[in-house]
Amino acid sequence: MTAPLLEARGIGKSFPGVQALAEVDFAVAAGEVVALIGENGAGKSTLMKILAGLHRPDAGQLLLEGGSLQLDGPADALDRGIALIHQELNLCDNLSVAGALFLGAELRSGPWLRERAMAQAARSVLSRLGLDVAPDRLVATLSPGQKQLVEIGRALRAEARVLIMDEPTSSLTGVETERLLEVVLELRAAGVAVVYISHRLGEIGRIADRVVALRDGRNSGECSGEEATHDRMVAMMVGRELDAQQRVGHGTGGVVLRVTGLITRRYPEAAVDLELRAGEVVGIAGLLGAGRSELLRAVFGADRRLAGSVEIEGRVLAGSDPRRAAAAGLVLAPEDRKHQGLVLDMSVAENLSLPTIARRGGLLDRAYEKELCDRSVEDLAIATTGGRQVVATLSGGNQQKVVLGKWLAAGPRVLLLDEPTRGVDCKARAEIHARLDALASSGMAVLFVSSELEEVIALADRVLVMRQGRIVGELPRERLGEEQIMRFAVGITEAAKEGP
Amino acid sequence: MKKILGLALIILTVAITATLLSRDPGGGYPFLSGYNLENLLSRIGMFGVLSIAAAFVIVTGGIDLSIGSVVCVAGCLLPWATREAGLPAPVALLAVLAVAALIGLFHGLCVVGIGLQPFVVTLCGLLLYRGVMRAFTGDQTMGFGDADEGLRWLATGRIPIVEGFGLPVPLLVLLAVGIGTSILWSKTVAGRHLFALGHNEEAARLSGVPTKRLTVMAYVLCSLLAGLGGCLFVLDVNSAQAASFGSFYELYAIAGAVLGGTALRGGEAMVLGIVLGASLMQLLSNTINLVAASNQLEFAVVGAVILIGAAVDEGVRRFWRRA
Repeated sequence: MTAPLLEARGIGKSFPGVQALAEVDFAVAAGEVVALIGENGAGKSTLMKILAGLHRPDAGQLLLEGGSLQLDGPADALDRGIALIHQELNLCDNLSVAGALFLGAELRSGPWLRERAMAQAARSVLSRLGLDVAPDRLVATLSPGQKQLVEIGRALRAEARVLIMDEPTSSLTGVETERLLEVVLELRAAGVAVVYISHRLGEIGRIADRVVALRDGRNSGECSGEEATHDRMVAMMVGRELDAQQRVGHGTGGVVLRVTGLITRRYPEAAVDLELRAGEVVGIAGLLGAGRSELLRAVFGADRRLAGSVEIEGRVLAGSDPRRAAAAGLVLAPEDRKHQGLVLDMSVAENLSLPTIARRGGLLDRAYEKELCDRSVEDLAIATTGGRQVVATLSGGNQQKVVLGKWLAAGPRVLLLDEPTRGVDCKARAEIHARLDALASSGMAVLFVSSELEEVIALADRVLVMRQGRIVGELPRERLGEEQIMRFAVGITEAAKEGP
Repeated sequence: MKKILGLALIILTVAITATLLSRDPGGGYPFLSGYNLENLLSRIGMFGVLSIAAAFVIVTGGIDLSIGSVVCVAGCLLPWATREAGLPAPVALLAVLAVAALIGLFHGLCVVGIGLQPFVVTLCGLLLYRGVMRAFTGDQTMGFGDADEGLRWLATGRIPIVEGFGLPVPLLVLLAVGIGTSILWSKTVAGRHLFALGHNEEAARLSGVPTKRLTVMAYVLCSLLAGLGGCLFVLDVNSAQAASFGSFYELYAIAGAVLGGTALRGGEAMVLGIVLGASLMQLLSNTINLVAASNQLEFAVVGAVILIGAAVDEGVRRFWRRA
């Protein structure tokens, strides 16, 4: 390997409650494509944001061409030739292509824009990208793939020497992906250093000179592009030894939730069918954007279902309405606790009673509220100074327990949970897991989404793996393993189902 | 609670200042005269109702800019209903309130049904209703003349307390509205749900709270109370002119509510605070009228005081956060 152009040594970064990165080393040379892989939450995004000047590292140092580098925000990084291409497209739809390419660095003479000069320069950037659109075309009229290329064009226009791409193909079609990969290879030939982050291992095998894996915020493996087989990459991501705790599966009763032909707005071509039995804990695994949260929200009725039906104990839920779902015994603890799960400025007692207080008549039943609060606090071991404490001041784990408690009060038959322990500390996580286990034992059906494979394996009797809006795999408890799940999630294993 | 005490303190300070500054050469205190106090309390009653009206919508995170125009609608329709349409007074009053409630229903449906911005809906309402009223009345002054003395008691009546001073009936109307609102907000499920949706509409919706129905209810109650206020105002002054009646009142209403601690982002309001906020607004205006030779400076002083109050409030909040 030639001398690195951009290097990170011993990078550490923590956020309140989380050590996101610890002693991470990373380097990329001019004319090299380095792929960065890892599970959700492995620290890829954090590392990339540090490289692009969006975060400052707590420990370690950055080097550019061997010299120490202090980045003072993303604009500073761009000045030094380091450009980040975001996963979500960050273009202003109302601008022309030329305007988007030059946003923030407009060519000007005095107060006036030099439109013609910018259009001229835009044309040469666009031709380098092989993007055949006029510079005055509106960004809004471009396809996602074309927008992604325009984003790359912004980096080219700024003469970036290091290009960091975060999941650049996640919203692209096959043809667009091909074009983008070609562009990446052309950039490499032109001496640009490329950091390429993707879950699509197939793409990585084709373009990467080197693959670096992160796991739990640390380097977990590295290999050359030739050595990077699917199996090798998956093994680097999930680590070698996985001691799946042995847990006894639950005896399962009759079907309580039946979803047939469900179609969500996000994936209008993918219909989902699934069944959940009483006393069963089913996990949904998959990569970010696989449509897991969308599925749960649509089942609950938080988002409108485009098609399909949801039955609770044989009765069809009419319309998409959380109220009806809750009344029928189907509840959801949503992904974003702070914005969807709780009314943060209200008290513990008020949050706990929110879904059920109306069942007690039109006047507030304070006695019920107090009784419910005392019961929940004890039952779920919520650490609080009392029912009147404002929920915003609770820790993440206790907040999640409040979300759980408010729905348990509604006496659900089916409990949907989206990332039940995200941002929750170990102790509370274990308590929540034990609680869910006990609920299933008492006959409740639990369907949960988690990005943490360990959690999925520890909790689930059965795992459904989603990719691009579809359920692409089903694994019974006996065959659960991080590798098996990842294989479905990234699309290596295409077989629809393994036998029961 | 700290806010309420602070407001009470400010009101007391302004009242004392007003008393001292308005002292006349003969040694009398015009501010403390029975006539002035009755007048002031009566206006507090009427504007207080409007501020509570405004707060209903602000609590949901919305805003109602049409309150002044709804005041105008009620103010023009009530005399028309009793004199031109010949309806008995109670029927006329109920009919006018029903019209006001329908206006609120329309706002609510536009907001939750079509998904329009509350600002846009009610700004258009502000123009629309006043325009319609001007056309309806032909810009003629609508008044009761000598009729409807019984109805006018609602606004002009005074319950004698001591010699030369009686409690104005509008203040009692505010008391009733305030107690009713307070019960609704703090004792009923609907109130709990209303505040929950004001804090976090998505979380409330996902908890099974009927957020759309409650939002519509808030707009209906807001316009209904604005209509009630409009009736009181026209009964008080005996006549209304569509071109000007109630104009700018939405701003007085909103300012009173916000001064009283109602958070514009929604989910936070207290009836007592709102009443005090509305009182402070009227007290300031009364003070200027007594102290200055003219009321030309009224808007400027009110604007400046609210701005300073908001700045001090923010400063105190930051201080506490840091401490």
